[in-house]
Amino acid sequence: MRLAAEALSGERGGEVIFSDTSFAVASGEALLVKGPNGAGKTTLLRILAGLLRPAAGRLALTGGGEQWPDIRAACHYLGHFNAMKTALTVEENLVFWQRFLGQAQTTVSEALETVGLEDIGYLPFGYLSTGQRRRAAIARLLVSHRPVWLLDEPTAGLDRASEGRFAELMRGHLREGGMIVAATHLPLGLEGARELAMGARRDGHDAPIRSTP
Amino acid sequence: MLALYVREVRLGIRAGSGALTGVLFFLAVVAVIPFGVGPDLNLLARIGPAILWIGALLASLLGLERLFQADREDGSLDLMLIADGRHMLALTVFVKCLAHWTANVLPLVAVAPLLGLFMNMPPAGLAAATLTLLVGTPAITFIGAVGAALVVALPRGGLLVSVLILPLSIPVLIFGVAASRGAVAEPDPFLPAFLILLALTLFFAVIGPAAAALALRNAD
Repeated sequence: MRLAAEALSGERGGEVIFSDTSFAVASGEALLVKGPNGAGKTTLLRILAGLLRPAAGRLALTGGGEQWPDIRAACHYLGHFNAMKTALTVEENLVFWQRFLGQAQTTVSEALETVGLEDIGYLPFGYLSTGQRRRAAIARLLVSHRPVWLLDEPTAGLDRASEGRFAELMRGHLREGGMIVAATHLPLGLEGARELAMGARRDGHDAPIRSTP
Repeated sequence: MLALYVREVRLGIRAGSGALTGVLFFLAVVAVIPFGVGPDLNLLARIGPAILWIGALLASLLGLERLFQADREDGSLDLMLIADGRHMLALTVFVKCLAHWTANVLPLVAVAPLLGLFMNMPPAGLAAATLTLLVGTPAITFIGAVGAALVVALPRGGLLVSVLILPLSIPVLIFGVAASRGAVAEPDPFLPAFLILLALTLFFAVIGPAAAALALRNAD
């Protein structure tokens, strides 16, 4: 399987944020998207996930067969927000996503154990700390199978030990032939991951901070 | 899809109990009418179905703007959009509407016969009004989904949703009241108005989710 972007450009609110970005990721490879704030990392990931349309350029996932016809169908998207309901327990949240996303992989309790939350699965998600919430969101990547992981600042709020555990998870995903595209400032602990440097805006101004993604 | 339904109903019941707010608002609207109109029992019985319908319509608009906004704020909406290939977005919207209706509007229908007593409605009128509400209120939720999807990106879209969808819900109101009045007032027929109400609900059950899905996809 191979994910390729050709001369991609993205815009927000009619302003071009990045342009002429090309890359390719094959099975078992990771791509780290780096760049200063406002360089368009999130926009790039949202374009990959099919949430935004590219202003120009082409995107394709080849070799996925019938099961994974395009990136949108084949990806897990871990954005800035955890996509969990504060009123439901961690387990209820994960069970829902597993059933909604399909392609069940590990059970919810196994996934919780993997991210170290096995003791608090019964708590409402709203009671969790920032790092625990992030770990619960990471557990979502495990309960359903998707070959492509699109991660936006995945380790935000995680402590050192959890970072290490998450790096191990990502390595496991790559070993099984998965792909990762991650936007991050922090080192993720992935050896041999390629980097895509996104430049600052040419006019030298910071991009406006959006209130909602 | 069943999982989505269960989750949404659970959220509707557990978080903030929107159902209770709606029921209390419904009660407030209906309870003040006899005081305003005066103790003319015949008049109250005559306007009863209309008051029940107007009360239920306004109460069911409460909380409608949160239908997609809450999901947008916590990122769930993104995942639902991405899952479009697996679960057609319009279907996801449809299920969310059904769940919203179950958790927030069905209680209104359940208390309608009780509130009808305030209006001195005869038993047949109570039954007819409740039945028309049961059949007609889903249409309001489906119309409301379009409004909620349109204002999903606006921080205070509540009033805007109401203004957007009220014109569209007028036909539902007209035929709902006509049918419930037809059940008691002798020359007016019940069945034709009731069947048109049913048709409106089915019509909006198709158009509403499709339009809302379109709006959500282009919201960003």
